[in-house]
Amino acid sequence: MKLELVAAKKWINLFVEKIEDNKSELNELDTAIGDGDHGTNMDRGAKAITDSFAKKDPDNLSDLYKTTAFAMIQKVGGAAGPLYGTAFLDMSKAVKTDNLELSDLIQIGSDGLKRRGESDVCMKTMIDVWQPIATAMKNGNFNQQTINEALNENKAMVATKGRASYLEEKSKGHIDPGSQSSAYLFEALLEVMGV
Amino acid sequence: MKKIINDVENIVPEMISGLVRTNKNLVRQIDGTTAVVRNDAKFNENKQVGVVSGGGSGHEPLHAGYVGDGMLSAAVAGEVFTSPTPDQIYEAIKAVDQGQGVLLIVKNYSGDVMNFDMAKEMAEADDIKIATIVVDDDISVKNSEFTQGKRGVAGTALVEKVVGAAARSGMNLDDLAKLGQNVIDNTKTIGIALHAATVPAVGHPGFELKDDEIEYGIGIHNERGYAIEKIKPSKELAHELVEKIMDEFTDKSGSYAILVNGMGGTPLMEQYIFANDVLNEMSSKQIDVEYSKVGNLVTSLDMQGISLTIMKADSEWIKMLQEPVTTIAW
Repeated sequence: MKLELVAAKKWINLFVEKIEDNKSELNELDTAIGDGDHGTNMDRGAKAITDSFAKKDPDNLSDLYKTTAFAMIQKVGGAAGPLYGTAFLDMSKAVKTDNLELSDLIQIGSDGLKRRGESDVCMKTMIDVWQPIATAMKNGNFNQQTINEALNENKAMVATKGRASYLEEKSKGHIDPGSQSSAYLFEALLEVMGV
Repeated sequence: MKKIINDVENIVPEMISGLVRTNKNLVRQIDGTTAVVRNDAKFNENKQVGVVSGGGSGHEPLHAGYVGDGMLSAAVAGEVFTSPTPDQIYEAIKAVDQGQGVLLIVKNYSGDVMNFDMAKEMAEADDIKIATIVVDDDISVKNSEFTQGKRGVAGTALVEKVVGAAARSGMNLDDLAKLGQNVIDNTKTIGIALHAATVPAVGHPGFELKDDEIEYGIGIHNERGYAIEKIKPSKELAHELVEKIMDEFTDKSGSYAILVNGMGGTPLMEQYIFANDVLNEMSSKQIDVEYSKVGNLVTSLDMQGISLTIMKADSEWIKMLQEPVTTIAW
């Protein structure tokens, strides 16, 4: 399955809504194992996406993902800004000439996260959501359960990257806030895909 | 939460505006950013390697308070406890590059490291030579490959002071980066908290301590420490911290510098009492302290607490620490 411009725009807009609706929940998750501001930061990025779309409505896929990336890079800050920014920027570059299968697109995003964060799965980061979803898409069985399972596994992990890594064993039992915001991104995608 | 603010969303731009407007002779704001750059006459007269630092806000006077002749060329302020964005860092780099390249001083947090890295890539695309040093002086955190590594805390101010002095003296970019790394390797800090900081956007303290409790090993963003204990007299706290930090230096000969740093909500009176105890502790160990500094240099909003930084510093570094600078807050 490929996502065309209209559907992709709907995807990003739904993501923005979910971030705004769950700002406090993301802050709470981040208070447990970080510094308590992931919701506030992502909300700032979400508003920046809306502002950018209002200023110039993207008329192709590459532009849509690039605008999303720039809004995140310039407004989110912290680790989430460059991570989401890199994922969407790499996705933007990948669809410049031809649209890609969603599974390939998400895989490119996931690879971008690995590069920017010098990290991989099982370190209790966003990658624990992006990678299993890219894999599930490739296998044609991406659904809400994929997201739930990814979050459950992430919750049980000990963080070895990012600020939560200082907590070592104490980071167990909490969902990584970046993984939760990524879960919203993919729940928005599910809605758009009509799954 | 009681704070003297307007809109939580505008805290950083309003703070930077106030800082710049009350210090026009020293710094100016780069248009469209919350970065400040030197605005003194000497900046253009005495060309040197640019020194740029930055990080989340809430640690004032770090970093903007240290912009000026002899310390930083520019500082980039992010949101509260949040790394600044690459576009802002990139603007600061461009504003201070005088053809000899720019050294970035980054505190070791994944967000800061990534954002400065992206800014470095942007600047290198403009053929600006960039070197980066990452400060990780907080020894209360284990330095293992299974964590982000040690955090950058109060020692950052001392690193900025020494590197800034060397940059002013005309040191080239490569040597400056080597010096900076050497200083970082010889700078060690532990902090304690009596009360956690309240992030304005969150509205309540990051963690709770009982009235008679303190926490050892806290970071400057409410990161939890390694032990919670009952509060003790200052001299016992000084004993604990000096022991722990000096343990990290294998060779205890030579001269040392100390920084007693207030976390934002601890009176200077208490900081001097603690500094007095630290000096007693050092002299009882026959350790030669050649430079001391006390004050709120690297704060954590309204956190009550203190940190101790000890730097093993040869006579050159001591001289660089002592050199006068023209900044808002050193």
